[in-house]
Amino acid sequence: MVKKIFAYSYIYIILLILYLPILYLIVFSFTEATTLGSWSGFSLQLYSDLFKNEDVMIALGNTLILACLSALVSTVIGSLGAIGVYYCKRGFRTVIENINQVPVVNAEIVIAMSLTVMFVFMGQNFFGGESIFSFWTLLAGHCVLAIPFVYLNVKPKLLQMDPALYEAAMDLGSSPTKAIHKVIIPQILPGIFSGLLLSFTLSLDDFIVTAFTRGPGLLSGAAQIETLSTLVQSVIKKGAVPPELRALTTIIFLVVLVIVLSYSIYINVKRKRIAKHHRRSLNA
Amino acid sequence: MKYKYFRKGLALPFALFLILFVIIPILFIIFYAFTDNQGFFSFDAVVSFFTSTTKLNVLLVSILVGLFNTVLCLLIGFPLAYLLANPKFNKNYVLVMLFVMPMWINFVLRTGALRDLLSIVLGWFNTTNGEHPLFCTMVGMVTNYLPFTILPLYSTMLKLDKSQIEAAQDLGCNPFKTFTRNIIPQTLPGLVSASMMVFMPTISSYVISDTLSEGKIMLFGNSIYLSFSNSDWNGGSFMSLIMLIIIFIVMFATKKFQGNGSERRLSAW
Repeated sequence: MVKKIFAYSYIYIILLILYLPILYLIVFSFTEATTLGSWSGFSLQLYSDLFKNEDVMIALGNTLILACLSALVSTVIGSLGAIGVYYCKRGFRTVIENINQVPVVNAEIVIAMSLTVMFVFMGQNFFGGESIFSFWTLLAGHCVLAIPFVYLNVKPKLLQMDPALYEAAMDLGSSPTKAIHKVIIPQILPGIFSGLLLSFTLSLDDFIVTAFTRGPGLLSGAAQIETLSTLVQSVIKKGAVPPELRALTTIIFLVVLVIVLSYSIYINVKRKRIAKHHRRSLNA
Repeated sequence: MKYKYFRKGLALPFALFLILFVIIPILFIIFYAFTDNQGFFSFDAVVSFFTSTTKLNVLLVSILVGLFNTVLCLLIGFPLAYLLANPKFNKNYVLVMLFVMPMWINFVLRTGALRDLLSIVLGWFNTTNGEHPLFCTMVGMVTNYLPFTILPLYSTMLKLDKSQIEAAQDLGCNPFKTFTRNIIPQTLPGLVSASMMVFMPTISSYVISDTLSEGKIMLFGNSIYLSFSNSDWNGGSFMSLIMLIIIFIVMFATKKFQGNGSERRLSAW
């Protein structure tokens, strides 16, 4: 019993410490006071301030557009690549897989620096000295982060699949595109879906690659593209987290909480269903 | 014949992308590391790195902070993962998810919040963040990287063979010996991959040390970032190259303990 109390207090104390900074922002998002840690009564003023703050809204828009586009591009290239590589010769496959592993183990700042140096060189030598940093370089940077993980998520699903399915579909008269679309893709859909989610979250959270490879464009117009990470970084360098961002943290936290909880419930239900099915087949 | 090549052709954009945005940029880093700003071959960046005591100091401090952070994360995370994976204490996967959930809230925002909170707490003791840069940085590092240690340790703990532990005890091992001779070897793959996930990102981190130490602690990542903001492409490239070499040495040395690496960064999905 003592052991159990000790174990639970250890787990929950660590959990509390991990959540304390976020909880602090959330609690103080419901008051008007702008200074640190002071409470001046309940208010939703910061929430309306948040939606009036143009900088934050632009950054939020940029972040979401970038995350959606890079997730989409990465998922398409990564998944199709995984299918193609799966049917290639072994030597080629090993080479590609080893290259794919490089961004996975590499430090983010090295990825960012290497891309930046390449873009600087290209700008100086092929574009007459003009900077080529723009939305497209940023998109490429985020895809470098995400594509290897899409590949790693899709590959195990392909290995589980029956390799003869594609031939079977072709023998039954389907065209190659149709065979991939109707036979292979449905088999690997869970892998594609988890790759999509992972690349979306990688892009949302990224700071270093964004800071290095961004240029003017998107909603920022002629100015450098600001995403949430770069915007927050530049304001917290000057002082405390601005009051409006407390409200934003609450909103992000709620969205994440809903997603995580529904995902956990989904997993739990699925496990129970599998267990039930298993028990029934054992009884029969 | 035409059909046979179609499905292999799907790999083409993927392969091209990898070559264009992974291989060629690394070649550019090597090129810039060994040239001067006119593009001629030179060892300027190499010499200026190895003769600068500040830069060598930064490398040493980064490695020490990285080791310290790894040890702290393992010391806190190991018992935690053990408890989470033990059905006696926890049957629910939701609790594990709760430990991973902060990773989905914007990392820069979290770091800023932690700094503000620390400044309040330190204010009670009449001191400021700037006076304790190392303490603040370490708090930030541990709270940020702890989830990354818990996940791999948790998944190896789930596979822990309980009868082996009982056998060790029956054969006369005291609890300490059971731990060092049985539990540690059984969880070694998880320990290695957890250490990798903490050590290398710590060395190359920028935001945490920059924000929490108020610029007083320079890690290798900060150093690379600084050369980026000064447009010092040659020096920055050489430091990135060193980072890359460190990463590959560490990866190679621990290769036999590693999985396929898919659990790195975010693995909750």
